Amino acid sequence: MSEQAQTAQEHRPITLVEAVTQALAYALKNDPEVVVFGQDIGANGGVFRATDGLQKTFGADRVLDTPLAETMIAGIAVGMATQGLKPVAEFQFMGFIYPGLDHILSHAARMRNRTRGRLSCPIVYRAPYGGGIHAPEHHSESTEALFAHIPGLRVVVPSSPARAYGLLLAAIADPDPVLFLEPKRIYRAARQPVPDNGEALPLDSAFVLREGTDLTLIAWGASVKETLAAADLLASHGIEAEVIDPATLKPLDIHSIIDSLEKTRRCVVVHEAARFGGLGAEIAAQIQEYAFDLLDAPVQRVTGYDTVMPYYQLENTYLPGVERILAGARAALDYVRDPGREGGQ
Amino acid sequence: MHKPRLQLQTSFDIAHLQFLDKQGQATQPLPDFATPDWLTYCLRQMQLARMVDDRAVKLQRTGRLGTYPSTLGQEAIGIATGNALMAEDIYCPYYRETGAFLERGVLIEEILANWGGDERGQNFQHPRKDLPICVPIATQMLHAAGVAFALKYRHQQSNQPLQVAVASSGEGATSKGDFYEAMNLAGVWKLPMVFVVNNNQWAISVSRIAQTATQTIAQKAIAAGIPALQVDGNDIVAVAWAVRDAMQRARSGEGPALIEALSYRLCDHTTADDASRYRSAQELEQAWQWEPIKRLDSYLRAQDLWSDAKQQDMERELAQVMESALNNWESRTPEPATAIFDHLYAQLPAAFYEQYDQLRDEQAGAERE
Ligand SMILES: Cc1ncc(C[n+]2csc(CCOP(=O)(O)OP(=O)(O)O)c2C)c(N)n1
Repeated sequence: MSEQAQTAQEHRPITLVEAVTQALAYALKNDPEVVVFGQDIGANGGVFRATDGLQKTFGADRVLDTPLAETMIAGIAVGMATQGLKPVAEFQFMGFIYPGLDHILSHAARMRNRTRGRLSCPIVYRAPYGGGIHAPEHHSESTEALFAHIPGLRVVVPSSPARAYGLLLAAIADPDPVLFLEPKRIYRAARQPVPDNGEALPLDSAFVLREGTDLTLIAWGASVKETLAAADLLASHGIEAEVIDPATLKPLDIHSIIDSLEKTRRCVVVHEAARFGGLGAEIAAQIQEYAFDLLDAPVQRVTGYDTVMPYYQLENTYLPGVERILAGARAALDYVRDPGREGGQ
Repeated sequence: MHKPRLQLQTSFDIAHLQFLDKQGQATQPLPDFATPDWLTYCLRQMQLARMVDDRAVKLQRTGRLGTYPSTLGQEAIGIATGNALMAEDIYCPYYRETGAFLERGVLIEEILANWGGDERGQNFQHPRKDLPICVPIATQMLHAAGVAFALKYRHQQSNQPLQVAVASSGEGATSKGDFYEAMNLAGVWKLPMVFVVNNNQWAISVSRIAQTATQTIAQKAIAAGIPALQVDGNDIVAVAWAVRDAMQRARSGEGPALIEALSYRLCDHTTADDASRYRSAQELEQAWQWEPIKRLDSYLRAQDLWSDAKQQDMERELAQVMESALNNWESRTPEPATAIFDHLYAQLPAAFYEQYDQLRDEQAGAERE
């Protein structure tokens, strides 16, 4: 390729799902231990086209269509990984991981610990997740907290094409199992140039997407979109919100969040997953443990309701939109400590 | 090298059943239930299913319906299965069963509501005890085993006639543990249940051959110790015979059976799929020549039981049925957003009131704007 053509290629803006494909292709090309498999990922290129063209390029013994069985997908990854392969397994939708949960929880996540480091499971389990695409039942799950609760797992959620590329490469290189959840609502929502240079982004570190001094907004995945929009609206009212995307939800980079709170002293966590026992609860708990004195207001949570994710007619009333985020921000900003209690008796 | 002398421990055969061949000619005398009335009724129902599918796909294309899984090409399986159940039997379906739903008395407007993103669609007015559409693959087969246990239990307690549970699925679903686990248990416990596998050759892009190395899906039942039969799934008489026979045996306490109905998915997997990416136009074109409606139509015409005039009358009648269902569906008032709380628990726990109120207030605010 001429230098010019190469530059043009590098600057061609791509979507989040194309960035996933690009990262998978890079990993397949540069590491013979990587194998990619799942339902419909071969000739069909995946139902969201995340593996488009990979089987053609890398062959059907590295990019494999499996029979329809998630227990099998999760379980064979464990076996492959213990023998030094780096399996990247696709679950068609997050809502269909659950049959594989036994293998993920009971084996992948604890193989290293169980064998005192003799064997390990460098697996990436990928799945499109989240609501907002008018899908049928079970196709809109956001149960990341379920996985974040499992000791030994990493849970990673990208929120832009560049972060999808860099974080997926990091997840594949990581020596431990990673659940890589792809926010399908923004699979094609935005484009940006993502140079195919194999550069990984760090796991376990949050990204500050916007700097501000008045309020810290925390969001991941597709909700980053509405959260940034809310921050823009706040800015038009003279309120500067800092927006943080933890990206790795487990283990959580609480330090970046606390650094931000030192400036802002007020915080809103946004997620579309149900509220109860969601990661907003974990983040709020860690903040009050480590930084209680920094807080000028209780941490606000703007989340999905504690209901089943509704069928699509009511999906938009379920998902936290800009309005609900602004209401959360207002609650955090307007909060004034009851003076009667200050300096109490 | 020394070869041990082997002794045959077991052997098995899988039979294939057909009454009407691909041209619609009888290959053997039709069973007694296949009366002219029954056959013309089946023709009507298959055409109704096809009409519902066709409208649903068009509604999806114009953005008025969500993702829809058409049953195009599989009408004989759905109609024959649904038709073989008695009202008290329990149907545990997968998602591609518009035909069987019609036979169970599910309203067209309910089917449209469901795929149109309205949860009330699964609250079937008629088969009140049937399970709703099951989207996660193969889980319904274990539910059906539980249902069958309950039916057997009730029967033993009350001496009421034994009812039967029927689970349907695609062939892809037979790769899952749930399928084997359900069959195994059904065999051991002699449960009154019937598995009907719609073998439409494709599980999204994965062909039957890439899904399993077995020659037939039916033989999977052998390992569970239950009888199995493969039928021509585009021959409604064959499917109906097999399902009726299996139901009859289950009803008389002889236990479960598996039916593999060979057919072909003439449509994309769903409206979100593009089957031309993974299968040839030639294969599809060929499959159209064996499709179930034309087959029955040819048979009936050859017997002088059907004509262009009768077909036109029926099309007019079905169009009216469809229009009135569409009207009913379109005139439904939308469900209020707070309905997402209404059926979570028998009684909404007090801890939920705050969220409920928040949603109600948000909705009121949104409506004022
Ligand atoms: C547990 C689970 N995994 C994946 C899916 C996504 N999915 C929906 S339908 C389907 C293919 C099913 O094929 P088959 O069982 O042959 O039935 P068909 O749709 O062909 O009638 C897949 C993979 C799902 N619904 N559930």
